[in-house]
Amino acid sequence: MIARLIEGTSRRGLVLLALLLAFLILIPFFVNDYLITVLILIFYFAFVGQAWNIMMGFAGQLSLGHALYVGLGAYTSAALYVHFGVGPWIGMLAAIPVAGALGAVIGFLAFRFGVSGVYFAILTIAFCEFARVGFDHFRWVGGSAGFFLPVAQYSVNDLWNLRGKPSMFYYVILGFTVAAFIICHLLLRSRMGYFWQAIREDEPAARALGINAFRYKMIAVVISAGMTSLAGVFFAFFYNNLFPEQVFHISRSIEMILAPIIGGVGTLFGPILGAVILTGLSETMHEILHLLGVDVPGAKAVFYGICLLVVIVALPDGVWPWLSRRLGLSERK
Amino acid sequence: MTALLSVDAVSKRFRGLVAVDRVSFSIMPGEIYAVIGPNGAGKTTLFNVIAGVFQPDDGTIAFNGSRIDGETPDGVCRRGIGRTFQIVRPFPGLSVEDNVIVGALLHRPDVAAARRHAHEILSRLDLFPKRSHLASTLTLPDRKRLEVARALATDPKLLLLDEVMAGLRPSETDRIVAILTELNRETGLTILLIEHVMRAVMALASRVLVLHHGAKIAEGTPAQVVREPAVIESYLGAEVLE
Amino acid sequence: MPIDIYLNVAVSGLLTGLVYGLMALGLSVIFGVVRVVNFAHGEMMTIAMYLAVLAFSVLGLDPLVMMVPIAAVLFVFGYALQAGLIGPFINKPEHMQFILLVAVAVILVNVQLIVFGPDARGVQTAYSYDSFAVGKLIIDATKVYAALAALTVSAALFVFFRFTEVGKAIRACADNYTGALVVGLDVRRLYALTFGIGAACVGAAGAMMVVIIDVTPSLGPAYTLLAFVIVITGGLGSMPGALLGGVLIGMTEAMAGLLFSPSAKTMFAFAILVLVLLFRPQGIMGKRAA
Repeated sequence: MIARLIEGTSRRGLVLLALLLAFLILIPFFVNDYLITVLILIFYFAFVGQAWNIMMGFAGQLSLGHALYVGLGAYTSAALYVHFGVGPWIGMLAAIPVAGALGAVIGFLAFRFGVSGVYFAILTIAFCEFARVGFDHFRWVGGSAGFFLPVAQYSVNDLWNLRGKPSMFYYVILGFTVAAFIICHLLLRSRMGYFWQAIREDEPAARALGINAFRYKMIAVVISAGMTSLAGVFFAFFYNNLFPEQVFHISRSIEMILAPIIGGVGTLFGPILGAVILTGLSETMHEILHLLGVDVPGAKAVFYGICLLVVIVALPDGVWPWLSRRLGLSERK
Repeated sequence: MTALLSVDAVSKRFRGLVAVDRVSFSIMPGEIYAVIGPNGAGKTTLFNVIAGVFQPDDGTIAFNGSRIDGETPDGVCRRGIGRTFQIVRPFPGLSVEDNVIVGALLHRPDVAAARRHAHEILSRLDLFPKRSHLASTLTLPDRKRLEVARALATDPKLLLLDEVMAGLRPSETDRIVAILTELNRETGLTILLIEHVMRAVMALASRVLVLHHGAKIAEGTPAQVVREPAVIESYLGAEVLE
Repeated sequence: MPIDIYLNVAVSGLLTGLVYGLMALGLSVIFGVVRVVNFAHGEMMTIAMYLAVLAFSVLGLDPLVMMVPIAAVLFVFGYALQAGLIGPFINKPEHMQFILLVAVAVILVNVQLIVFGPDARGVQTAYSYDSFAVGKLIIDATKVYAALAALTVSAALFVFFRFTEVGKAIRACADNYTGALVVGLDVRRLYALTFGIGAACVGAAGAMMVVIIDVTPSLGPAYTLLAFVIVITGGLGSMPGALLGGVLIGMTEAMAGLLFSPSAKTMFAFAILVLVLLFRPQGIMGKRAA
């Protein structure tokens, strides 16, 4: 498996990758909690971006409702923890099938009835919206008044129950991101990865090569949904409060797909690089406005929007394909 | 010997327009069979009906002893029929090699084995040196050969070729004719081709079917059909005048 | 509940729905011709609403009078947006166009937040509390005026596409892009014009909407989604379809608000959308794709 992992990667790339990983593991010892929180945000978006990328970047199915799977994962694990005392790691085992099953329902309806492209994207928004209204009236998990996990000051890290300091959450989300990266790397180079890319490029031509497009698109949706739900579990235990109005809001779905698009759709490093750029940009903007004494709500978002516009106009394929050419590291798309 | 493909009284209508009108023919294993006819004669529709893109309104299609009408396009391919598209559609964002690997993976679960198979096919079609190019950067003749390579990689018993010589220079046409002849002789591959380039049809096909307004107007060896008055009137005459 | 309440709510939903319909008409025209999904549609709607609020509070001009000037401003905005920014993206994949317009939407919504703040703004016209009584029905005058204006603008648009040379040329672009290029139509200019016309529809709809409902910046994204639901329900590219979809969704929302809770409104609208997507993907009035 190791051999398959590193196959096709240049020596230079491997060395850079190892150095990067060592740096990421050591960094919490040198920075304050604020920066750790920023890093957590970066890897959170890198992880969900990677999960979304399986559907869009690999299999070519544009989902604009991925907040649905985050929300399902968050609510499933939080409900198990609050009502039954079941810890988050077991909660993940429940979250994955719940999100995967709903992904399968949406995929089945869309792909059987020939809903594709923009229409498919709108369908995914619709289901996320159903979930928002549904959870608003779901009293067992707090309804619109919100659902809360018990919070206390933690002096020790309880990894089993995900209760502790930011640095623990940092290592958890870093682990998720590395695992997602490896899984996506293996998936992309697998038989299924080839079939996905063929479907993404030209579905009728893929079918003419004997590929059961329906089946492979379904698998992509289910894997993507299941993986995304893990981010939801993390979200629930990190923030400790869930409001349907926020968790399932369309802006959540949009912000989680910005990183892979800015970084480069269909690439493995794209979601990570995109998350670094976007979160970095957003936090820097925050700091600069703070220093300038500008405290206008919306000012940060305007600059953010302008930067987004500049990046998408200048590098429509994403930053990573451009950067990797510059660095002399090529990644097969 | 039983036929590999038999098309029996197949019709296909689009909103009252009869695109394919009760066409019957059969192809023996190892044969190279051509369908010719003027533009709009229903050749590509017939192809799409065989390939599972459309379902026939009437008639049956049997391949290798079992019915395939009503089967999906991917199902038809898995049974052993590979095809190309009249307007070529390689996967533009994938490399030449990856395009062929996708096809080779159909009957090979292992990517490394599929890559080896893809390399053999690419060499056969003179595309091996260009294997790492993006498909979207290829010239038209190369893209046409890539489509043939990709379809071949699925290990078909029958290969459907939709105008793979159209738009090529004579030297390029001759090269493809040579490649197809070699494949047919060495592997026993059965080929059904739609073609406008009569030079290629005369050189390749053992039998020819002539379609006009969706219906069969002649069938026989190339030498026979070009002498049929109906064929000359409907089709070859126009070609000669051009 | 007595039956008149239902009737009153249904009529009120119908009238609001006509204004929705005009907004959606703008989206339908843009997508039908330029093939770009305008993800900043609702944000353009709120721009128009704020312009109407400004004109009223600063100059004392009635929104229904301002409808034409505001539509003109939005036309220029839409034309410039297509000509300057979206044009190079028309042959790019959908997700790139999407992100481009999301960026535009993010900028628009937050500029509105900076300039106008998060609080709701509205207009109080002389006729704000007038109503017409027809039998037991009591109909708000504002909604009647707004709906009549929406119908008038839609009719004008219909005449434009059916009878003017430019309108016919735009329809030709929508039917056959390559064909339009071949016969020498200036497709780029026609696309910009179309985007401008779509934006003008939204402009007119926004000016009317502000007499019915107060505006906040957060209304923008909600209207974007609403416009999608309406257009797909009614049938993309069908002008009567957009109006019909608007009325259907307007009435559904009103009824859902009455029978369930206001927060369930969007769920019912989306439920209709899902049913249409699955069972009549071309929309209620849409032509079947060949």
